[in-house]
Amino acid sequence: MLTRREALAATALAALFVAPGARAQDRLNVIASFSILGDFVKNVGGDRVEVATLVGPNGNAHVYAPSPGDAKRVADAKLVFVNGLGFEGWLERLVKASGTKAPIVVATKGIKPLERGGEHGHDHDHGRADPHAWQSVANAKIYVANIRDALIAADPAGKDAYLANAAAYLAKLDALERDVREVVAKIPADRRRVITSHSAFGYFQDAYGVSFTAPQGVSTEAEASAKDVAAIIAQIRKQKVAAVFLENVTDPRLVEQIARETGAKVGGTLYSDALTDDKGDATIYIDLIRHNLRQLASALVS
Amino acid sequence: MSMLNAIFIAPFTEFEFMRRALAGALALALGAGPLGVFLMLRRMSLVGDAMAHAILPGAAVGFLLSGLNLFAMTAGGLIAGFVVALLTGLVARTTELKEDAALATFYLLSLAVGVTIISLKGTNIDLLHVLFGNVLALDDQTLLLIAVNATITLIALAVIYRPLVIECVDPGFMRTVSSAGGPAHLAFLVLVVINLVSGFHALGTLLAVGIMMLPAAIGRFWARDTTLMILIATASGAVAGYAGLLVSFHFGVASGPAIILIAGALYLCSLLFGRVGGLVRQLFPGRHLEA
Repeated sequence: MLTRREALAATALAALFVAPGARAQDRLNVIASFSILGDFVKNVGGDRVEVATLVGPNGNAHVYAPSPGDAKRVADAKLVFVNGLGFEGWLERLVKASGTKAPIVVATKGIKPLERGGEHGHDHDHGRADPHAWQSVANAKIYVANIRDALIAADPAGKDAYLANAAAYLAKLDALERDVREVVAKIPADRRRVITSHSAFGYFQDAYGVSFTAPQGVSTEAEASAKDVAAIIAQIRKQKVAAVFLENVTDPRLVEQIARETGAKVGGTLYSDALTDDKGDATIYIDLIRHNLRQLASALVS
Repeated sequence: MSMLNAIFIAPFTEFEFMRRALAGALALALGAGPLGVFLMLRRMSLVGDAMAHAILPGAAVGFLLSGLNLFAMTAGGLIAGFVVALLTGLVARTTELKEDAALATFYLLSLAVGVTIISLKGTNIDLLHVLFGNVLALDDQTLLLIAVNATITLIALAVIYRPLVIECVDPGFMRTVSSAGGPAHLAFLVLVVINLVSGFHALGTLLAVGIMMLPAAIGRFWARDTTLMILIATASGAVAGYAGLLVSFHFGVASGPAIILIAGALYLCSLLFGRVGGLVRQLFPGRHLEA
């Protein structure tokens, strides 16, 4: 397992560092709004595409403040990939301000959006879709297909390369999804309940049947009220939730308080909305899902 | 009886985080109440706001350097606040520039420096949330910090109380009889900074000023005497903390704003019905004096 991960990371690194020398001029300049989406685009685009991400590793795309440099990069891009579903609220103004003529590609096109929160939710922003669609690997495959089609439309000469890259990556995602289902199946059904700080795992819950509850809504912008926190503590006591998890993009103090008060163990950090930087163990999407899976399994199986 | 219990007491007996939030809010009110009254009496009501802005960058830089570390963020905030307070006092007392103008220049500079540093380093966790604090997530360390700050504030105020009151009432007289006015004023500004730093852990830099100034304004409508004013201010700050947490618990409103809004409601009542200069009292002076 470890060696495979290393091999994957090495390949990704190689693709990053070796390729630029090849044909820097005719590479397609594209923008992805956040790190996970950027990883998808890199995988499909391969060495024909130069990807820049606006919100970097460990960054929070819900409340990002773009810089003039970002506007310039958007203006120079041939394609702008966004998640959509209300994830990057600041992006629309950035695109307008930059005056770019690049087409905006919504990578979640065709994904059936979940109502935010679901049955366990706390209705801060009613009726809005949950944007965290990448947390289900099945959805990630739709992202990849959308990216592939958009790249082919923008750069027809690279059609064969994009088709081949996408097919290879989709195969990896298939293997990943099999692993996710396998691991979740090992967790006893009555222990598949965890707490996180903001509702980023609705799609994971929907696809794989692990139930997530969070004091903050789907966006980290909403502030938790005493009522929400009390409801979660009551739920943990009643249902015996096994573990609470922190996230790499949000303030951990509230979840730590909940853990202290209920005696639930802090299971570790889940990666929700962003990849980690080079020091972390999830610099690519596949590692992100595998990391979350390991964290869940080690906290819930025993 | 059991219903009253369920509404007013049970939230706190049942949940530890509510008890912690209440303890934090009460300690904040204890220190912020008297300071707010003095700020108001010295016509410095907006100084708290300016100081909060001066502190914010310091706390942000502390956060960027060492993450969500209570000590680093507190130290950063204190340093930024002290530097601005000292420079302001220095400029106001040695040049033609008045204190408000000096403060305005320095807090804006502090803010600009902070924002520049943040934008250079880029942010990890959503900084705004860190800076907004959360009264529902007070851990032992933070609670202790708030309590220690409140204690220091009360002791220090007891020491500088006389010069402070005299300087409020008659600064000219103060200068002729004593040279304690300057140091007392400086100590007072330092206390304001300490309490704002406490406040930002619980309520965030923006609302921390609210728990200072609103209770003071409430006290102003009920008492002419400074001591009584301070007591009323502190009590109404405590009531706002308690009631705000209850509102947040029962109606699902974010707790920081709820506390300040309750204080605002108390202020409106005082504005209308206050014994000292309340609007109703001004409109019908005779009838109320008879009663």
